[in-house]
Amino acid sequence: MSDITLINIKEEILSENRELAARLRSDLDEKSVFLVNFMSSPGSGKTSLIVRTLEHLKDQFQMAVIEGDVDSAVDAERVAGEGFPAVQIKTGGSCHLTAAMVEKGLDALTLEEIDLLFLENIGNLICPVGSDTGAHLNVALLSIPEGDDKPLKYPKIFQTADAFVVNKTDVADFFDFDEDAFRRRVGRLNPEAPIFGLSCKTGDGVAPWCSWLSDRVGAKRP
Amino acid sequence: MHELPVTKSILQIVLRHAEAQGVEKVHAIDLSIGALSDLEAEWLQSYFDHLSKDTLAEGAELRVHRSALTFKCEPCAREYTAKREELDTATCPGCGSRDAALMGGTAYTVESMEAE
Repeated sequence: MSDITLINIKEEILSENRELAARLRSDLDEKSVFLVNFMSSPGSGKTSLIVRTLEHLKDQFQMAVIEGDVDSAVDAERVAGEGFPAVQIKTGGSCHLTAAMVEKGLDALTLEEIDLLFLENIGNLICPVGSDTGAHLNVALLSIPEGDDKPLKYPKIFQTADAFVVNKTDVADFFDFDEDAFRRRVGRLNPEAPIFGLSCKTGDGVAPWCSWLSDRVGAKRP
Repeated sequence: MHELPVTKSILQIVLRHAEAQGVEKVHAIDLSIGALSDLEAEWLQSYFDHLSKDTLAEGAELRVHRSALTFKCEPCAREYTAKREELDTATCPGCGSRDAALMGGTAYTVESMEAE
């Protein structure tokens, strides 16, 4: 009869994805490409924010977009319609983008001609959080109708993102979104991350967000 | 379904260690999962049961140990732990302040396994 023994492992789960993501990040650094990952629930305005940001920063940067969706190419078509290179990744049912999927998206772009690259993750507040995409900056987006309690329900995304955008401020009068409560809840999880309130519909508040983003890209450059 | 890639990663790690140690069968796997993680133990186990068929780890039990949330109090710098439900309400046991920064509670690791 053989003995049962306890074997120590102490190994982080999903380390393979993290290692690939780190490699992608350093490849992008070499080519001076700054990658921004946008995460939010479906319908909070990721594509609209990306399109607004492209319009606002088009004289400053060469930009492109990688769109992740479970199915369809409508987002990539919308971005391409604005005149920017866009690649669509269909995950075929998977609920978030992995570093391996992002690598395929990068292969389809001419990185030498890009200095700011946007990645639109799958609309979901849970799954994308645990999977490093290789991005230099992770932005979580929330919209006014979703409510100020989201940091309590989905704390991990609010703990890990580098910046927050609260979209649809133009409809704030119709909803009970408590901005102070929201800021306090986010502040507890992530005191350093800035929060930008804006409306992709009216363009109100887009300039401060773009100016902050532009500074972040600039700070990364040699 | 975000448990699926996590489960694949757990199985890969376990099988790599099992082969390296020359074990015949894995009976149980101890996981440390942060309190802020949305991973559900039942889903991990059912995905694992499916993925581990015909491997050394078939039938192994996943034992999930939830690690606590750790806060650092802003006024007095004391570190304290709290449960997931207390995310918004936990106060510092030293000074009673609710102003605190989250220090830990999200990592997940394969800690160890029982094997023969």
